[in-house]
Amino acid sequence: MITEEIKKILYDGDKKVATRNAYGERLAELGEINKNIVVLDCDLSKSTMTAVFAKKFPDRFFNMGIAEANMASVAAGLSTMGKIPFISTFGVFATKRACDQVSTSIAYPQLNVKICATHCGISVGEDGATHQAIEDVAIMRAIPGITVISPSDATEAIQAIDAVAEYNGPCYVRLTRGASPLIFNDKYSFKIGKGAKLSEGGAATLISTGFVTHICLSAVKKLSEEGIEIDFINMASIKPLDEELVLESASKTGLVFTVEDHNIIGGLGSAVCELLSAKHPTKVIRIGVNDKFGASGSPAELYAAYGLDEASVIKTLKEHLV
Amino acid sequence: MPELTPEETKILLEKSYKCRQNILQMMRNAEGHIGGAFSSLDIITVLYNKILRHDPKNPKWPNRDRFILSAGHKCLALYAVLAEQGYFEEDVLYTYGSFKTKVAMHPEEKLLAGIEFPTGSLGHGLPVGHAMALAAKLDGLDYKVYVMLGDGECAEGSVWEAAMSAGHYASDNLVAIVDLNGLQVNGATTEIMDSSPIEKKFKAFGWAVESIDGHDFGQIYRSLAEVPLKKQKPTCIVANTTKCKGLDFAEGKFQYHHWHCEPDKIDEAINIVKSAQNKELENVRI
Repeated sequence: MITEEIKKILYDGDKKVATRNAYGERLAELGEINKNIVVLDCDLSKSTMTAVFAKKFPDRFFNMGIAEANMASVAAGLSTMGKIPFISTFGVFATKRACDQVSTSIAYPQLNVKICATHCGISVGEDGATHQAIEDVAIMRAIPGITVISPSDATEAIQAIDAVAEYNGPCYVRLTRGASPLIFNDKYSFKIGKGAKLSEGGAATLISTGFVTHICLSAVKKLSEEGIEIDFINMASIKPLDEELVLESASKTGLVFTVEDHNIIGGLGSAVCELLSAKHPTKVIRIGVNDKFGASGSPAELYAAYGLDEASVIKTLKEHLV
Repeated sequence: MPELTPEETKILLEKSYKCRQNILQMMRNAEGHIGGAFSSLDIITVLYNKILRHDPKNPKWPNRDRFILSAGHKCLALYAVLAEQGYFEEDVLYTYGSFKTKVAMHPEEKLLAGIEFPTGSLGHGLPVGHAMALAAKLDGLDYKVYVMLGDGECAEGSVWEAAMSAGHYASDNLVAIVDLNGLQVNGATTEIMDSSPIEKKFKAFGWAVESIDGHDFGQIYRSLAEVPLKKQKPTCIVANTTKCKGLDFAEGKFQYHHWHCEPDKIDEAINIVKSAQNKELENVRI
């Protein structure tokens, strides 16, 4: 639900908003609605934006220091006591440093912990490879029972936070550092397991997730101006995937592209391939980080270098469109 | 100072040794981590009989004390004690080693009443217990949380992350018990990865620490009956124990960390445990 308060804070004119900001603001609102919500952070609350919650509910906020494994296990323990822990740190640490704790202590007993990781993808920029999560979706997706959501704008992030808070079970929400333009208005309704069709077309299917969606949207519009109509799907729900929507579109177009700010191994592209190879074999071109680590640079420079900017996406699409 | 009567000591000793016999019966089906089970058994027996506020007929009672066996592979001891306490029928024990058994080789809270958390991956129990202790304070409940660690397990960094965190949050409703038997799977802890001095390490992280003989029922009871040792501090009881205590040929030998006993040797092992019990009983003056 998009409240008037959030509209005032986040949607001031045409400004761009980072999904982490949307998360922080909405989490602080949810804290008021649901007293079982507790928030844990590894001393990055001013970056993950859990600081908003911390200020409002100091008794339900735990700064766990720089100890991600401990944070994950403590969240597991708190959830056994009926709390709904939201735990935040950067994606690299949440999924790699604390992997065993997330898998064994959170996912295996199917505990109600929400891992909301920020600074995912190479769009982090200057901080470089050590701070850019490019395997996080692959890792989380491979752990049984974890729901994986990658919102594409602030509106979808707010609704995803609401959805995971409502859902009983472990969730991974992939949030980003950089601000991006709004794609959805407050009429949009996100549901776990559902994608959103953003344009209809027959030339090819394009499926994107997260921060890159606004870039793809712009690319799709440009192609449309050239008379190339793309069936364009925003897929925030990577696990469970909206299989019906993907199958329907792939059956119609016969050619699928996926775009994600993540390694092409294990992320959205892999999820789509796994589905289509079994149920409707279709050629899939995966656009993403091509199995290498990120680097330091401005997000725009990195996107150009890694083939994720608008020009590169259009070029890759055209190479494969007949 | 809280004391056990000689009668109470005798009963605890008999229960603990009966559990050792039952564990050996379980091992007719499959191999198991007998070394740590036997070193921790006297402490777990005292906990469930004298210390924990719990109700086997109502295992999910919200204000119960929690016990987490962080070194989950020692679960043979916990299973035997839970059965003795009436959490489930003793017959369940003898399904050990079979497919879909409720007494798996690492404990599973989904399968069995009385198990608080699935442990097996080492270094998870202390942070989980710390969280349960934090939740008690948030909810205004007065239960305590007891976590049993192994000294080999203390090589895991996550143990010390939790130790630091529990000290920082002054979790005085949290008790860590280190089953310090000095051995791990491949040899002496001091040789493989020296976790000593455990006492000084916990103290340095803001815990109140006491060392005891982990096979002296009186000492176990006295230390656990008085927790927290200090207000505003989590308590660590360092229990000096003997690996495979009660099975004389295996006592203090790392080779019995994990043991496959030939089925025809089980009865012999049970007899050795029985005579160990009789020897111990001679020391209890009634």
